[in-house]
Amino acid sequence: MQIPAPFDYARATTVNDALALLERHPDSRVVAGGHSLLPMMKLRLARPEWLIDINDLYELDFILREGDYLRVGAMTRHTTLLESPEIARLFPIITDAERVIADPIVRNRGTIGGSLCQADPAEDLSTCCVVLRAEAVIRGPGGERTVSMSEFHRGPYETAVAQNEILVEVRFPILPRSGSAYEKVERRVGDWAVVAAGAAVSLAEDGTIDDVAIGLTAAGIDRTITEAEAVLHGKKPTEGLFIEAGRIAAAASDPIADQRGPVDYKRHLADELTRRVLRHACARALEVRHTTTQEG
Amino acid sequence: MTIIEEHPANPAAGDADRPIGYGRLQRKEDPRFVRGKGNYVDDIVLPGMLHGAILRAPVAHARLVSIDTSKALAHPGVKAVITGQDLLGLKLAWAPTLSADVQAVLVTDKVRFQGQEVAFVVADDRYSARDALELIEVDYDVLPPVVDVRKALDPGAPVIRDEIEGRTDNHIFDWEAGDKAECDAVFASADVVVSQEMVYPRVHPAPMETCGAVADYEPIDGTLTLYETSQAPHAHRTLFAIVAGIPEHKIRIVSPDIGGGFGNKVGIYPGYILAVVGSIVTGKPVKWMEDRSENLMSTSFARDYIMQGEIAATKDGKILALRTNVLADHGAFNATAQPTKYPAGFFHIFTGSYDLQAAHCKVTGVYTNKAPGGVAYACSFRVTEAVYLVERMVDILARKLEMDPAELRLKNLIKPEQFPYKNKTGWEYDSGDYATALRKSMDMAGYDELRREQKEKRARGELMGIGISFFTETVGAGPRKHMDIVGLGMNDGAELRVHPTGKAVVRISVQSQGQGHETTFAQIVAEELGIPPEDIDVVHGDTDQTPFGLGTYGSRSTPVSGAAVALVARKVREKAKFIAAAMLETRPEDLEWEKGRWFVKGDPSAGKTIAEISMGAHGTVALPEGIDGNLDAEVTYDPPNLTFPFGAYICVVDVDPGTGHVKVRRFIAVDDCGTRINPMIIEGQVHGGLTDGVGMALMQFIEFDAEGNNLGGTFMDYLIPTALEVPNWETGFTVTPSPHHPIGAKGIGESATVGSPPAIVNAVVDALAPFGIQHMDMPCTPARVWAAMQGRPRPPI
Repeated sequence: MQIPAPFDYARATTVNDALALLERHPDSRVVAGGHSLLPMMKLRLARPEWLIDINDLYELDFILREGDYLRVGAMTRHTTLLESPEIARLFPIITDAERVIADPIVRNRGTIGGSLCQADPAEDLSTCCVVLRAEAVIRGPGGERTVSMSEFHRGPYETAVAQNEILVEVRFPILPRSGSAYEKVERRVGDWAVVAAGAAVSLAEDGTIDDVAIGLTAAGIDRTITEAEAVLHGKKPTEGLFIEAGRIAAAASDPIADQRGPVDYKRHLADELTRRVLRHACARALEVRHTTTQEG
Repeated sequence: MTIIEEHPANPAAGDADRPIGYGRLQRKEDPRFVRGKGNYVDDIVLPGMLHGAILRAPVAHARLVSIDTSKALAHPGVKAVITGQDLLGLKLAWAPTLSADVQAVLVTDKVRFQGQEVAFVVADDRYSARDALELIEVDYDVLPPVVDVRKALDPGAPVIRDEIEGRTDNHIFDWEAGDKAECDAVFASADVVVSQEMVYPRVHPAPMETCGAVADYEPIDGTLTLYETSQAPHAHRTLFAIVAGIPEHKIRIVSPDIGGGFGNKVGIYPGYILAVVGSIVTGKPVKWMEDRSENLMSTSFARDYIMQGEIAATKDGKILALRTNVLADHGAFNATAQPTKYPAGFFHIFTGSYDLQAAHCKVTGVYTNKAPGGVAYACSFRVTEAVYLVERMVDILARKLEMDPAELRLKNLIKPEQFPYKNKTGWEYDSGDYATALRKSMDMAGYDELRREQKEKRARGELMGIGISFFTETVGAGPRKHMDIVGLGMNDGAELRVHPTGKAVVRISVQSQGQGHETTFAQIVAEELGIPPEDIDVVHGDTDQTPFGLGTYGSRSTPVSGAAVALVARKVREKAKFIAAAMLETRPEDLEWEKGRWFVKGDPSAGKTIAEISMGAHGTVALPEGIDGNLDAEVTYDPPNLTFPFGAYICVVDVDPGTGHVKVRRFIAVDDCGTRINPMIIEGQVHGGLTDGVGMALMQFIEFDAEGNNLGGTFMDYLIPTALEVPNWETGFTVTPSPHHPIGAKGIGESATVGSPPAIVNAVVDALAPFGIQHMDMPCTPARVWAAMQGRPRPPI
């Protein structure tokens, strides 16, 4: 049994209660699913004085469509995302990613909010949210603020959420004729990504690419790869363009060598997986377009 | 004689057709495990029990300058802090290993690997003990470490074991087997010679339950009761008597339910000794239970062999000879578990399953600044390394000769009429029908069809590989004239008592870590006496309750203790015959046995069952001269030879050409373990071992950085395969009984762990044939496979 350093524990009953507890205990961490934080505490890599448990905040466990947005509560579990037909239809990249996030036991507990706030460079949902151009809703003592994902991410293990704030919701814009996909290479199910890639595209009515976003996981880049996206804008998707985008994405990546692989291999994966997810995302977008046309 | 049987329709016998003897029978021990009622070491709570924790070295090589324990001692929960200096006073600072070396219990002079034991805290609870570790202040003078085993023997390399007088290098031993001159002569005149260096990387047994102990020293009468995670309680008792100076009759070792061993729990770790010292010092029972990282970083690793192999053959594919030089990394102390005479274990079985004219191996063992061990991880003393070497070499030869690897094997396998077969390094293989097993695996796989599919896929640029491995193990150590561990002969005992009502208890010296002893050994008695297995209790793991023996590892339980159990049951059966004769008022020679009863020849209605005879024995029957009033017996079994299980494995993989990811699509395992006692347990053992093989072949090894930091200290770094990485196992079998074993059984526990890694690697290398590579080292992770596809197979060490 691995034993953490001593800590105190409080269980919040509402978001406001959690905010008050955070205010009262400056050296505290919020725990949701706990599958990243608790192992770090057991290894004594994290040693908060207080744990604020937000597992009773059912008010943050929801998936709601509101106009052109899908609102996902921060306490939505991975399993809920994986099993949601609405997510699968609108944002298949999330379903793809959830299939390869950890294992069922972790997915039953882990939450989208916890994943984003942990901000591990090898975390999958961060990439999904970046390419879906999601927004994060953060609540603090002064009320709510909404930030883009690029503002949300401040680097490895760092986010825009201040110590006295909580991420309460993630908002995904719904675009017409869109498709998305995610693919990850891992040494074993449940391992962190060696490298993963995600892409989202939406097509204009004439089938040209209206908007596209490409992101990489565990490749040293947490923004969308605009230079690769540029070659696709306004063009009809072709294999040649995917190859070009893959090459640019690999060049833009900045992975580090570790036990999962050397830099050259990870760059190669950035290339290979970018091509694959673009191919897949475009195929899905065309399918949606086709279905919409038929229905129309 | 080989019998080929098909699977019976009924996977697990129901109440109606439960076997009395051998057959598929659900495990008797499982109800307590599936209900969470197992009793593991960490479940043991004694009145007043304290808890221990070990402070471990953060660096791989450093002189210990000073330790200040005053702050830790001031912690309100702490009862004692023990350092190496304290142990020096007790003459317990160093303990003998299983390989005639010594190992530091706590560091006195120098840290020799990262994670080495530096101090031991005893506290009221495990939280206080763990917290107090952070209050101990240690000053280290860091030294350059020896991490790369290839540089360990360089002149000028730091000397790790400088506490041994006169030692000026890191060399432990050189060991050879086979005739070098004869072998070199065959190589010199051979048509074809191929060579390959290959690494069997350092891996870890990683049992689900980590190691631990509860020591309870009773100062008034001087008795020590030690509950510990041990695969060999009797040998441990003798060693504790020698190490701690406590008289052996005052020591009781209890190895309760054990959550997996795989060799990890054969040796005596410093933690066990420290729990005992803690109990002596405090006068209270002390529990020590290591955490996962401690288990992975400090307890016995396995393998870590760099093997330079060479194989010689005629141009038409007759294999002539095999030779190899091995560099073996033994870590900081030579603590390998193996019979004394064999410092490289049974590696000299590397001639495998082939009829060779000559063979020679040389193994050089060296010290490095890594954790000690070198256990047989689910294999009989380095058979795994041996099988990997020969099966890779045969595949490389097949490629060179442009022959099908199955055809090359069929051409060279030892033939049934050659048994008992004496190989060129001193083994006498007991029995085998190798070609039949290989052909059966090929039939099950649809081998020709797979090769056709592969050809089509290759034409389309898809990477599919088919790998074969044919292995022979040497298990059931062993004959006492050749085999001992720290002077204890590798024999095992069994005691059988039949109670008056015909229920029985059999006490065995081997200890289950999940192998199903409580079922299998009951079935052996049931087969011999004809009483139902559920009427037979199997007692094991407690030195006060069981006869002496060397324990469970190296697939030795069934070959050694299984034989003892069969023989003790036969002894009881013979005794029963005399008592039955008295009861039936006839002569013993006029009786005939059928399963469960003795009856009068020619008059089957006149007979007595074992239960009736036992009641007679304990009752008022007038007993014949020399027969006493019970139905009990005991036996210690000294095996005349080892047993040689074998098997033919075929693996089919698909490799993603874009990512290098390997998917094991199919795996066919045909095993021959001789007589099959409980096929369901055998299949379970095979499934587990094959899964282990996937782990080693595709994802596992313990990596160190240049400073000697262990990079595999958690299960996020040291990967254990899951159901998602393994295919639906396709198992089959042949039955070639061992001629020298009382029931013809050979042992199965480790066959699959031994046989599967080369099948998987052969399949991966076969898939990569279009890239022109002849070898890649394990583990075949996506990154390494991709590197191999670029023509850059990187060795891990």
